Amino acid sequence: MNQLVYDFIKQNQDYILNEWMNIMKESTDERLIKVVSDRMFTQTSSEFIEMIIANVDSKNKEFTLKLSDFAEKVVQLGWPLTFVNEGLHKFTLIVINGMVEKGLVTPDNQVNLVNHLDKWATPINNEIVNIYTQTWERTVSMQRMALQELSAPLIPVLEGITVMPLIGTIDTERAKQIMENLLTGVVKHRSEVVLIDITGVPVVDTMVAHHIIQAAEAVRLVGAKCILCGIRPEIAQTIVNLGINLNEVITKNTLKKGIEVALELTSRKIVEVEG
Amino acid sequence: MEFQSCVKIINEWDIVAARQLGRNVAKELGFGTVDQARITTAISELARNIYLYAGQGSVCIEKLNEDGKSGLKIIAEDQGPGIEDIRRVMEDGYTTSGGLGAGLPGAKRLMDEFDIESIPGEGTTIVAMKWLR
Repeated sequence: MNQLVYDFIKQNQDYILNEWMNIMKESTDERLIKVVSDRMFTQTSSEFIEMIIANVDSKNKEFTLKLSDFAEKVVQLGWPLTFVNEGLHKFTLIVINGMVEKGLVTPDNQVNLVNHLDKWATPINNEIVNIYTQTWERTVSMQRMALQELSAPLIPVLEGITVMPLIGTIDTERAKQIMENLLTGVVKHRSEVVLIDITGVPVVDTMVAHHIIQAAEAVRLVGAKCILCGIRPEIAQTIVNLGINLNEVITKNTLKKGIEVALELTSRKIVEVEG
Repeated sequence: MEFQSCVKIINEWDIVAARQLGRNVAKELGFGTVDQARITTAISELARNIYLYAGQGSVCIEKLNEDGKSGLKIIAEDQGPGIEDIRRVMEDGYTTSGGLGAGLPGAKRLMDEFDIESIPGEGTTIVAMKWLR
């Protein structure tokens, strides 16, 4: 760090912090103010500035560690990346303007100083963007994993009867999993009847219907019967409008009715016990 | 044209985003659950066609207000390969992707008005409307 800049920042730490907070409060959109309480804003802001100032004299490795700590905190608070970036940019502006006011900038060293500050700020900037992206990527991949876990479970409920409840949107990837789980599960549990429940599927379009028809056909091939249940009235109407033929599949509007039919198909029934 | 918002269709999840948008607008306009399901299903079909055949494009949802009637307009647009024979794709059971072949004729039945324009090699625009009764 250039000695001139370094001394200026060190000597005017409080001034810079105050100035920075005023500017940031003015320029921030209301969305952020709503998320973050005043105290939180002040605290995190001073932490940010202190960290930047600390970078002026601390070693690079130490700083990166601090920076990633800070970025993670800010991500959790829900601060937008633009705000942090803007903050860094404003910081350099305040430093330059302050130095101009104090008469420390001369035509001779002007270009040099600006270059110097820029060289100092760019790696910090990159690091912040980097940490943000990493956090997002991690979140996305975690969510993808979580989504896969709840994808398509097959649950044995009674001897020979299994249920597959489907919840959420069915895309190509899930359709594949449904088919696989269904077939391996039918064989594993020696199911005679499989109930597919679509109560939690928001939209049944031709692709979803096509996958269901294919799954039912495949279940039939491995020697079991397939019952489709949980068809809501509005879904029934859209299926009719679409002109999809579900004649090959037994359909019921609730899982309860589906299980009754499944019991019937396996020559059993539920009897109330007296006493 | 007081209100329009669009969703770009690039990957499969954008189809979900498009129909979510459609469902929200339909709800705002006061469509019943059955018509909401019809509209979202139609959007799903049109968006999926874009994803499957054109690779990418966009789906826009517009609120309509004409002669005291309000309604919802779907505009599905792409710069894909286009459709050679429109009469054929509107036939039930015609498919080039191994599907059920019910998407376009089905979407037409789900909506009140349906218009399809396509130039082979340049792209396809489908405009569909549903009126609030």
